[in-house]
Amino acid sequence: MSLKQKPDELFKTIDFKPPKKHWMDTTVDFEKRGSYNYAGSPDSVAYINQPNPRKWQPYEEDWKLPDNWQEIILEGLRERIKKFRSLQLFMDICVRCGACADKCHFFIGSGDPKNMPVLRAELLRSVYRKEFTKAGKLMGKMVGAQELTFDVLKQWFYYFYQCTQCRRCSVFCPYGIDTAEITFLARELMNLIGINIDWVMTPAANCHRTGNHLGIQPHGFVDSLEFARDDLEDITGIRVDLPINKKGAEILFITPSADYFGEPHYFTLLGYLALFHELQLDYTWSTYASEGGNFGSFVSHEVMKALNAKFYAEAKRLGVKWILGGECGHMWRVIHQYMNTLNGPPDFLEIPKSPITGTVFENAKSAKMVHISEFTADLIKHKKIKLDPSRNDHWHATFHDSCNPARGMGLLEEPRYIIKNVMNNFTEMPDSCIREQTFCCGSGAGLGTEENLEMRMRGGMPRGNAVKYVRDNNGVNILLCMCAIDKATLPGVVDYWSPGVEVGGVHEMVGNALIMTGEKERETDLRNQPLLKPDTLEKVQGNEGKEGK
Amino acid sequence: MGLLFSIIAIAVLIILAIAGAAIPGLHPVFTVALPYLAIAIFIVGVIVRVLKWAKSPVPFRITTTSGQEKSLPWIKQNKLDNPSSSLGVIGRMALEVLFFRSLFRNTKAELKEGTKIAYGETKWLWAFGLLFHWSFLIVFLRHFRFFADPIPFFVKYLETLDGFFQIGVPIVYLTGIGLLVALTYLFLRRIFDAKVKYISLASDYFPLLLLIAIATTGIIMRYYVKTDLVAIKQVAVGILSFHPITPAETISPWFYIHFFLVNVLLIYFPMSKLMHMGGVFLSPTRNLANNNRMAYHENPWINDENYFKLHRHTYEEYEDEFRVLMKGAGLPLEKEVVNQPAKDGTEKEDK
Amino acid sequence: MYDSGKILIGIVIFIIVFSSPIWTNWLNPGEAKTPDIKLPANYKECVADKDYMKAYHMDLLNQWRDKVVRQDIRFLTKNNKPFMIDGQRAEMSLTKTCMRCHDNKAEFCDQCHNYMDVTPYCWNCHIDKYKAPKDVVPNEEDNKQ
Repeated sequence: MSLKQKPDELFKTIDFKPPKKHWMDTTVDFEKRGSYNYAGSPDSVAYINQPNPRKWQPYEEDWKLPDNWQEIILEGLRERIKKFRSLQLFMDICVRCGACADKCHFFIGSGDPKNMPVLRAELLRSVYRKEFTKAGKLMGKMVGAQELTFDVLKQWFYYFYQCTQCRRCSVFCPYGIDTAEITFLARELMNLIGINIDWVMTPAANCHRTGNHLGIQPHGFVDSLEFARDDLEDITGIRVDLPINKKGAEILFITPSADYFGEPHYFTLLGYLALFHELQLDYTWSTYASEGGNFGSFVSHEVMKALNAKFYAEAKRLGVKWILGGECGHMWRVIHQYMNTLNGPPDFLEIPKSPITGTVFENAKSAKMVHISEFTADLIKHKKIKLDPSRNDHWHATFHDSCNPARGMGLLEEPRYIIKNVMNNFTEMPDSCIREQTFCCGSGAGLGTEENLEMRMRGGMPRGNAVKYVRDNNGVNILLCMCAIDKATLPGVVDYWSPGVEVGGVHEMVGNALIMTGEKERETDLRNQPLLKPDTLEKVQGNEGKEGK
Repeated sequence: MGLLFSIIAIAVLIILAIAGAAIPGLHPVFTVALPYLAIAIFIVGVIVRVLKWAKSPVPFRITTTSGQEKSLPWIKQNKLDNPSSSLGVIGRMALEVLFFRSLFRNTKAELKEGTKIAYGETKWLWAFGLLFHWSFLIVFLRHFRFFADPIPFFVKYLETLDGFFQIGVPIVYLTGIGLLVALTYLFLRRIFDAKVKYISLASDYFPLLLLIAIATTGIIMRYYVKTDLVAIKQVAVGILSFHPITPAETISPWFYIHFFLVNVLLIYFPMSKLMHMGGVFLSPTRNLANNNRMAYHENPWINDENYFKLHRHTYEEYEDEFRVLMKGAGLPLEKEVVNQPAKDGTEKEDK
Repeated sequence: MYDSGKILIGIVIFIIVFSSPIWTNWLNPGEAKTPDIKLPANYKECVADKDYMKAYHMDLLNQWRDKVVRQDIRFLTKNNKPFMIDGQRAEMSLTKTCMRCHDNKAEFCDQCHNYMDVTPYCWNCHIDKYKAPKDVVPNEEDNKQ
């Protein structure tokens, strides 16, 4: 995977100055590849009963839309305005102050004015005004109203699939207008006439059928966990238990499926296995609910609900007490802000309580699902695990807050607490790039495809730039994150913008540092890279200072 | 285009007001009929708009969290930027409404040499936005001296504070200057900041120009072209106490322009983006506590079968499809392989 | 309607705040103090015409002060001729000239000033009652309003 343009060449194409032409008079060129995604395959679309399954591509003349597609969308918009106060309000109260304009990673990386969140939203708002307001009907373009033409639809497709729903703009908006919500509903509207992308629809269909986005069938799931068990045994000398679909376990563990197939996700999986074994945790994996993520949330509330429903259903079938969730981004947005409302309340579960420390997770008392970093931070605080942070001394880390846990949850300190306890070298990126102001990887919300590579590198530029800063100034060589999409796409981003930095998970570092009862002396980390020996340590660290905050 | 349109619109309105002032027969239209209409449209219009928003539920709790969540007891929660209680929400909303907390975070991205980007702090929009809104509020409250009899107690305090430096006769009010300076900044920004210009519509220029015209005519009447204030107050009190009077002829045309534009503002308000005044209170990303996992949030249409058409692929359907493979992998089963039913569930008929 | 409780409270507050110009007029209705100006009985001519004085008297006084204090120009002219009161040249003085005719502050100045909530600082220095010029020695004791 690589882009023809060099980073500095790509950077030079960015111009924040908008064109002379009015934004309603510009259109999208699908001939130029690299900045949009291909259409949803008809099989996947049909499998989850979504409208208008057919073979089509955005670059084709004919999108094979139903004859009354405008009517369907406008009717859908009318319905959603009545269903979502957010939508109604966000259509009405934007004052176009422009505070959001340069907050979007896609705008910063592309300079395309329609990637200013305000203008992205205006694409929908303009149609709303034309159809639902008197001023818009009477005065049209003057007050920013336009008809829903095929040309406008093309722009919807292009720009609403050029938003990763990261919500960074929402943090800065004086009225809290949330482009993620607008994108969410715009995608939902487009989906009504069969406009969607394959990287969302196929994983969603897979997940519906096999329980996970990758379409791994139960035996494949078992195989990959067993493979991981073997790998972990090679590294630690310990053969861990693998409880799968085990009824009566105390805890159901759900993590994104990329964790048992992708790299560097896999090393985080090894970390989980090591940790759970060391704790002698009474837990189980599930093949039926073998996906933490929810690509349904990238297309509609309907698909999101159906996919998410497996969590509670499986917890009930297995008779567990509560659910523990792995490192992921949008997965946690769905769990934290939607799951309980969509498929809860799960009264058959108990309020989560750590069997190791006895801590009751009051903050999850209704939804009954706890984030692994909350769980692990609590363990470390109560000194229930033995750690040797020097086993991570070959790493100098920085932490990428994933958009959804940061801005849709507020999970900021837990991972930092863990990182500072399991490793010695940690440096934060500049304040404007972390915590609630964190930048997206550029590939979230279903945009992480090869065909969209140029736009992903553009969107990933602000993050890449910040990583480069700490690489050059502090010697950072690993970017830690807690999101499966980050782990899948940030390696490409840092290779491009800040080469020489690896990407890893927080629990990979936990796994490295964790002293397991009866383990052999570790020669390597979970990546099979040799550990630094005390005598080589000083040489490598040189005069870089340690910077734990 | 939007700018030109707005300038013309304001000019037409001013000409209308001047005509109204010049033709004594029209005075009752401008000082009696129009204000009643404007007040009614404003109050009813705003309420109708808010009720329209209220008609849509908040189906999900989509708080934008801008700080540490409430989690483990030893981790310090950011109670204002990520509140988990009603009190916290009130605090967050107060900061938002009174001090524009979110806008205060504003940064400016700049492309530097090489492949570097820098994010500088930029507080101008926040500062002038705040200056405008607070000045406008204080100017409005000070105007009670023109339309209340007796005058409420707070007017005197505000006047003393506002005229603290005792410059000139009549004493210069800081908020009057603040109002005009802030509006000018906000307006020039729309013209000279290329990005903001690109997104600006007539509906952005018009209210700014309208407010600038209102503030300017007010300032002109206070400091330059003075008029018979007692006569004006009698008109205002007449309207508001529902005993409207015919205005004295000593009232200057400046007043007619000022007063007419205020009426236009009142009428324009409910149908425009100015409704952000009410909207900011209803924004679900700000006015909800981030207690999603602590408390169940009800969605009134969660059982809408037309909306949620896709049903969960059940475990039974799943096991039916993969039973043999699961058995082969040593996974526990709900039903034994020999008993496997021939037929599938109903969910997948499209497959 | 959803969240009706909170929204209705908001609407009520909105109505109260934005109808306050109306209902503040209903409070204490008996105390309305519409100006009732007593014009001097003995004098007919003023330093300027009535409409000008109504709107601009504060400007005029301000100019007088500057002329007297900064330029030492003391005597008043009207239409390029010395302005005379009771056969004497009138000075640019609030106390000696204006208040010679309008000799009751409460019945003249205060009428409009109170109605419009104007608190000029003239009387921080000037005494508020006309006295014969020879008696006029403005000093601190007279400052109390």
